[in-house]
Amino acid sequence: MFDALGQTTLWAGLATAASWGFIVAGALLCVIGGIGMLRLPDLYTRVHAASVADTGGMLLIFIGLMIQAGIGLVTLKLVLIVMFLLITSPTATHAMARAARQDGVDPVIDDDDDDQGRAR
Amino acid sequence: MMYAAGLAGVGVTMLLVLIRVLLGPTVYDRILGINLFGTKTVLVIALLAFLNGRTDYLDLALTYALINFIGTVAVLKFMQYGDLGWAGDVEDDSDV
Repeated sequence: MFDALGQTTLWAGLATAASWGFIVAGALLCVIGGIGMLRLPDLYTRVHAASVADTGGMLLIFIGLMIQAGIGLVTLKLVLIVMFLLITSPTATHAMARAARQDGVDPVIDDDDDDQGRAR
Repeated sequence: MMYAAGLAGVGVTMLLVLIRVLLGPTVYDRILGINLFGTKTVLVIALLAFLNGRTDYLDLALTYALINFIGTVAVLKFMQYGDLGWAGDVEDDSDV
C-alpha cells in the first residue's frame, strides 16, 4: 500500500485537492468583491470591495495554479505576475482614491441627525 | 474541471463589475471598475492557459497586467489634469 507508486498517487491527489480548494476560494472571494462593488453605497467603500477581489481572489487563484504547475518556468511566470499585480494594483487604487478625494467626492456618512442618512 | 469552476466565478465577477461600470455615479467608480476588470482579465487568461494546456498564454497575462496599470494611471492623470503632458515649469501640487 505504501510503495512508491501509491505515495505518488497520494501526493498527486493531495495537490489536486489543495488546488481545488484554493481556486474555488479565490473564485468565491472574487464573486464577493463583485457583489460588494454593486451593493456598497459609496466610492470609498467600493474601494474596499474591489481590493478584496483584486488582491485576495487573485492571490488564491494564482496559488492554486502554482500548485498545479509544479516547480519550473511556468511557476516563475506566475510568481512574476503575482508580484507585479501585488505592487501595481494597490498603487492604482491609492492613486484613484487620492484623485477622487482631491476632486471633492464626499463619503457617505451615516448621521443620526439626518433623515437622509447623509451628512453632506 | 477546477479551471472551469474558477472561470465561472471570475466571469460572474466580471459581469457584476461591468454593471457597476455602466451604473457608476462618478467617473472614479468607472475607473475603479475598469481596473478590477483588467485584473480579472489577467485571471481569465491564466485560467484559460491552464484549461487549454498551453501555458505560453501566461506571457499575454503578464503583458496585460503591465498595460492595465499604465492605462489606469494614464486615465487618472488625464482626468485630474485634463492633459497627458505639461511643461516642466508648471507648479506640480500633487502627484498621481
